[in-house]
Amino acid sequence: MAFRVGVLQFPGTCDEVDALLAAERAVGAGNAELLWHRDRDLRGVDAVVVPGGFSYGDYLRAGAIAALSPAMESVAAFARDGGPVLGICNGFQVLCEAGLLPGTMLTNLSRRFNFRQVTLRVEAADTAWTAATAAGQELSIPAKHQTGRWYAPDDLLDELHANDQVVFTYAADDRPNGSVANVAGVCNAGRNVVGLMPHPEHATDPLTGSADGLLLFRSPAEVAGVR
Amino acid sequence: MPHARILIRPKAGILDPQGVAVEQALPQLGFQPAENVRIGRLVELDVADAAELEAICDKLLANPLIEDYEIQVDA
Repeated sequence: MAFRVGVLQFPGTCDEVDALLAAERAVGAGNAELLWHRDRDLRGVDAVVVPGGFSYGDYLRAGAIAALSPAMESVAAFARDGGPVLGICNGFQVLCEAGLLPGTMLTNLSRRFNFRQVTLRVEAADTAWTAATAAGQELSIPAKHQTGRWYAPDDLLDELHANDQVVFTYAADDRPNGSVANVAGVCNAGRNVVGLMPHPEHATDPLTGSADGLLLFRSPAEVAGVR
Repeated sequence: MPHARILIRPKAGILDPQGVAVEQALPQLGFQPAENVRIGRLVELDVADAAELEAICDKLLANPLIEDYEIQVDA
């Protein structure tokens, strides 16, 4: 039985092709498909990826308009039922704006668009998207963003730490955006929705520096016992 | 329809890099120093029902985690 992954596409999304390729490499060719933002039907996929880009031009705030799209209503219902959802970069911003993930994103402290390979540390290996990794494992993944300074007020951050909802941090000497507590990614209370700023879909082949990103894409199928 | 102005500001304590950039630019232009520069947004709109403005701000125009808003409606 195949495990199928849907990749959500908004006007302004730009990383959907790499996300499709990464998903296919993880779950098999032909098992990943694009989902259009105006379509409420998720076509029975087993996992949803909200990829990076500049959805709806990032008008108002990054991800704010995309969070209100028809497809996101279905993604929210899918997530509430425990379906695995991964938000990457702009997708992470969309999931935060949609209230599916805690916190929000601010402009990088440097004010600059930052594009480089970062070292991510896995803080929680028991989520739908990190089951194929090990706690404490370091992953080499590219990051590219200008609005990536994840922020949560102190009381929310304390709650997330208490519930182990910080999934990824940047390695100690690697601070690409100035995020609170060096957070790179978080999950929801159900641990099925994960978001991160760096781009695992761009790290799927040793030829381009790292294949560590595939571990994320393999995780939900592994949890489901498909592969 | 009533005309409304919504002032959206970064919450106190949120570091505003745009404001810092402007603060740093002023002396370079020969102006006297300025402090606490904060950059927000102004949204102007004509609405059928001004009573909905607060919900509009909460749901769309502002992110309550990082922004405060002030609603002004013309009499």
